Amino acid sequence: MKIVVCIKRVPDTETRIRVSDDGRSIDTSGVKFVTSPYDEFALEAALRTREDTGEGEIVAVTIGDDDSRENLRNALAMGVDRGILLEGRTTHDGLATARCLSTIVEELDPDLVLLGVKAVDDDQQQTGPMLATLQGRGCATGVSEFRLDGDAFVCRREVEGGRETVRLARGAVLTITKGAYEPRHTSLKGIMAARKKPIESRPAPDSTSRLEVRSIELPPEREGGRIVGEGPDAVPELVRLLREEAEVI
Amino acid sequence: MTKVLALVEDTTAHPPAEGDEVVSAASRMAAELGGEVHALVVGGLGVASGGESLGSSGARVVKVAAHPLLEAYHPDGYAEVVTRVVRDGGYAHVFMPASDRGRDLAPRVAARLDVPLAQDVTAVSVSAGVVEFTRPIYAGKAIARVTIDAHPCMATLRRSSFSSTAGGPSATVESIEVDPDPARWPTEVESFEATTGGIPDVAQASIVVSGGRGMKGPENWHLLEELRSALGREAGLGASRAVVDAGWRPHGEQVGQTGKTVSPRLYLAIAISGAIQHLAGMRTSGTIVAINRDPEAPIFKVADYGIVGDAFEVVPRLTEEIGGLGLPG
Ligand SMILES: Cc1cc2nc3c(=O)[nH]c(=O)nc-3n(C[C@H](O)[C@H](O)[C@H](O)COP(=O)(O)OP(=O)(O)OC[C@H]3O[C@@H](n4cnc5c(N)ncnc54)[C@H](O)[C@@H]3O)c2cc1C
Ligand SMILES: Nc1ncnc2c1ncn2[C@@H]1O[C@H](COP(=O)(O)O)[C@@H](O)[C@H]1O
Repeated sequence: MKIVVCIKRVPDTETRIRVSDDGRSIDTSGVKFVTSPYDEFALEAALRTREDTGEGEIVAVTIGDDDSRENLRNALAMGVDRGILLEGRTTHDGLATARCLSTIVEELDPDLVLLGVKAVDDDQQQTGPMLATLQGRGCATGVSEFRLDGDAFVCRREVEGGRETVRLARGAVLTITKGAYEPRHTSLKGIMAARKKPIESRPAPDSTSRLEVRSIELPPEREGGRIVGEGPDAVPELVRLLREEAEVI
Repeated sequence: MTKVLALVEDTTAHPPAEGDEVVSAASRMAAELGGEVHALVVGGLGVASGGESLGSSGARVVKVAAHPLLEAYHPDGYAEVVTRVVRDGGYAHVFMPASDRGRDLAPRVAARLDVPLAQDVTAVSVSAGVVEFTRPIYAGKAIARVTIDAHPCMATLRRSSFSSTAGGPSATVESIEVDPDPARWPTEVESFEATTGGIPDVAQASIVVSGGRGMKGPENWHLLEELRSALGREAGLGASRAVVDAGWRPHGEQVGQTGKTVSPRLYLAIAISGAIQHLAGMRTSGTIVAINRDPEAPIFKVADYGIVGDAFEVVPRLTEEIGGLGLPG
């Protein structure tokens, strides 16, 4: 079984976002970068699938700059076999991203493609289903757990109001959400082994973004901080404020 | 004439007097561009009963693609139908709701049409004929304005971010012939199991009662459930990640950067500290109430109203007071 996992380098979720002077990008100086948390779930899911089937190759792919090698290395340390760095800029246009990734999927023709349900930087939530559509593959989004049943993947999806079970043939594209795949920690042995594993880099195929970011701003600060009172005795006043001042109940 | 298509998930979800948010937003934009709005309803037979009332929010025509095989949402089946309607109708703009379904469907349609997509848009504006979408990024820690250079221009619109208008004349309903062929669909939907028992999903609820680690254990959630129930049928339950990680509540209820981004009219954060990842997911709520025994908890910095105190004392009292108001349950 051959599995491709798409991972993205993003600012750590602890980051306090600052806007660059150009007003249309994020100031990344001093920002710590990590692999997007949902992509780590996807990596874990790939590793467990291989453990279950007892064989196969896992390839991690990222579009990014040279720094993204670090994220590929981490994936290799977790147990992934090889990494591919598509050197280029990522944009908010998920279709452009999907086109790039599509070249790798086309080339490797994997039995399973895993992505995160969303990248926690631009939150576009689209790359997986777009990639699947471009490749004519089946796709389930927001998968919290899946298992291989013969030649099919049976996936559990968390959706509004409930849980759905869908079945997809080999070759499927799944976007993973939080659920069964808490990522493992990397061991020292894994880190050592990763040094010998290959990372191939090549220029990202040309894929222009047609979604232009005109500006990025910080949201208005909330003027919070009004303490109504202490303990249960403050409740009647809170209820009055919610009714008469905020008019929300 | 600029043609705008607005996908409507369920014509019965909103009483006609309230109108539909996506159709309303499409109509406001169409008015500025000098265009016309069509609504599209996809579903089982009878899905669009009362569809003409979408005219109330500004739709001129309501297109209905009804078929027994489309009764439940199916990603491949719906993508096929919506793509065809967009192509055949020559729409310049396509809006869908940013619900779980809408966000699943829109990228599939966009890829079929070879156009980019702006997901989870919170505002639409037009300047010099160019449509600009506002969308939160970093789960709401920053706000981006984006434009799309493609035809059609596609976006999903976030709930509660757009007001709905009502009062327009009724629309003409047109049915569309569809002939779904499940043999061509790669996805087989096996089952759906409802988990929330009629309670609105946290991302849809207009009031959210959210609990944190300070609630001490799942056995205490009845306190929050009772408060939620007193707040009426628009209220849903949320949780912090600490609670979800501990297995006290399902992940579907997690609010924050690695959970759901919500913006209800009223958000009650109970025994939640207010970590940056949690704030990211709820800071755009209308009114925020915090109940926490630590006066220094960061949640108070974003809360409109706070009570410093023990949740186990404050919450039952709040339930009692609100229960006394008799909100529609
Ligand atoms: C990659 C990453 C992603 C994350 N994503 C999310 C996310 O999506 N959503 C999220 O919520 N978090 C997220 N977190 C976790 C976040 O950093 C916090 O750890 C988490 O939000 C804390 O949850 P909490 O407020 O319930 O618990 P705590 O921080 O432990 O706070 C408990 C609060 O309860 C109060 N309290 C205790 N007892 C009582 C009482 N009897 N009455 C009243 N108050 C009481 C305490 O004063 C305290 O403020 C993420 C973290 C990481 C690293
Ligand atoms: N630059 C990238 N390189 C590799 N994978 C990516 C990249 N951007 C997005 N992805 C994948 O697509 C998923 C969804 O991203 P998005 O659609 O941007 O929210 C991510 O979780 C990744 O798995």
